[in-house]
Amino acid sequence: MAASGPENSELVRLREEVAEKTREIERLKLILAERNSTSAQTKEATPALIESGNIRDVPTFQPADGLDKPSIARYSRQLILPELGVKGQLALGGTSVLLVGAGGLGCPAAVYLAAAGIGRLGLVDYDSVELNNLHRQVLHTEGKVGTPKALSAATAVKGLNSTVQCVPYHLQLDSTNALDIIKQYDIVVDCTDNVATRYLLNDACVLTNKPLVSGSALRFEGQLTVYNYKGGPCYRCMYPTPPPPETVTNCSDGGVLGVVPGIIGCLQALEVIKMAARQEVSYSQRLLLFDALDGTFRAIKLRPRQASCAVCGDAPTVTQLQDYEQFCGAKACDKTQSLRILQDNERISVQEYHTVLSSSAPHLLVDVRQPVELDICQLPNPINVPISQVSRPEQLQRLKTAVNCKLKQLEQDDKKLPVYVVCRQGNDSQIAVQHLKKLLSDLPVNVTDIRGGLMAWARKIDTSFPEY
Amino acid sequence: MLSKSKVTVSMANSVNICLEFSGGAELLFDMVKKHDVSLPGNSQPWTIKSLLVWIKENLLKERPELFVQGDTVRPGILVLINDVDWELMGELEYQLEENDRIVFISTLHGG
Ligand SMILES: [Zn+2]
Repeated sequence: MAASGPENSELVRLREEVAEKTREIERLKLILAERNSTSAQTKEATPALIESGNIRDVPTFQPADGLDKPSIARYSRQLILPELGVKGQLALGGTSVLLVGAGGLGCPAAVYLAAAGIGRLGLVDYDSVELNNLHRQVLHTEGKVGTPKALSAATAVKGLNSTVQCVPYHLQLDSTNALDIIKQYDIVVDCTDNVATRYLLNDACVLTNKPLVSGSALRFEGQLTVYNYKGGPCYRCMYPTPPPPETVTNCSDGGVLGVVPGIIGCLQALEVIKMAARQEVSYSQRLLLFDALDGTFRAIKLRPRQASCAVCGDAPTVTQLQDYEQFCGAKACDKTQSLRILQDNERISVQEYHTVLSSSAPHLLVDVRQPVELDICQLPNPINVPISQVSRPEQLQRLKTAVNCKLKQLEQDDKKLPVYVVCRQGNDSQIAVQHLKKLLSDLPVNVTDIRGGLMAWARKIDTSFPEY
Repeated sequence: MLSKSKVTVSMANSVNICLEFSGGAELLFDMVKKHDVSLPGNSQPWTIKSLLVWIKENLLKERPELFVQGDTVRPGILVLINDVDWELMGELEYQLEENDRIVFISTLHGG
């Protein structure tokens, strides 16, 4: 087995040579990896954020006039579709799209528009990422909580397709800036979450002659329409008068399943892509109704442009942008506004209720949220009467029985039983107090609202109490 | 002969239709989205206008102001007659026919 002298030294030399070449290869691999990552980082660099002061500082948009080899490879699977082809792909690359709202609709819309190779993508959102956004606003990640949504979405989109020019706007679109921003785009996509901004976007699109691809979603339902396109109706043709504010439900009060805006946002992207690629769009003068519980899509034929329309009609009265919060009687955001319906002496603070609870003073706590919300969290021993059912005879009967039972615990007969009403944020509870004062007027009770509801309790009394 | 034809006319005014509520409008109707209803014989043919009165009296128990305003639907509710915007069908004056499907949808604003 022992090798002779010269043979042995030859083997040693060869082994050393292999080891040296291996080290060389490792060194070259490292350099290559480093170079790769720096070039990737430059490409994925965070796009410059546009804020209210610099809305005209948008980088110039210079679409390519041909497809290079990497573009052909990237888009090959859609390039071979005869309906799109090179011509359609170049048209996509030459189109600039403004997405207003980088939330549940805006995130999926942005993903597919960027992936398909839209030339420029403007992303407008005044808000920052919150943990409760992540179930539906799928471009944002845990690490982005607290950062502006426009920036988070633009960074994610840039990582997907660095050839798309992304312009993030961290600002509230309003009457003073909407026209200047919209003018720089070909197509506008309404991914917003409130009525005031929907009217603002509609009027701005009519005044600048841009098509508006509008989507909305709530609970298990979604709706989609293309407004102001090739003689079709605008949002005001359909809805000349804004809805009464009390009839409008936002996602934080009504809830929404994430995949529902996901589907509508994808369909918005699809309409934009067809429009940009000079194909027929499907939902101009048509409304798509999506019911996720039934699993049905239904397309409705809509009225044509209305000659009487205040903004796109024959004799328009809206010739410039208005104050839309005033017009709608509601703020241009989807945050629930705190109502002040009751007098101070009809309300107590969470601190005062904490004292009541710790002293075990006889009282009745009425929680007016939906039963599903009580499953999430509740204070001790509430009686649940949902706000929508307070005036129902069977609920009133339950409540009166509970009151009579508690009245027996009172030491003096002449004393009134305190009835405290609570909800999530302290709005519904005030309405309920108004109803209950009348409905329980035949009983010796004192009905009081707990100011700020359970969210105030979670912030001021018990920080381990869940917020939702 | 005459009286018989009279009976037929008044019977013809009763109609069976399907009512649907969506977009949150169903919250005012016990969360029930679909209602098959028989509208009773009436001296006048049933229209959307008289249907709204019937809904208010028979289906809508609470907070009617969230559904009707004056003699029409409140702003933000779109009426569909057999999958067509009611504006194309004569709105309040549309005369209901047997097996019509009338949908009331509350427009959504969330995203
Ligand atoms: Zn119009």
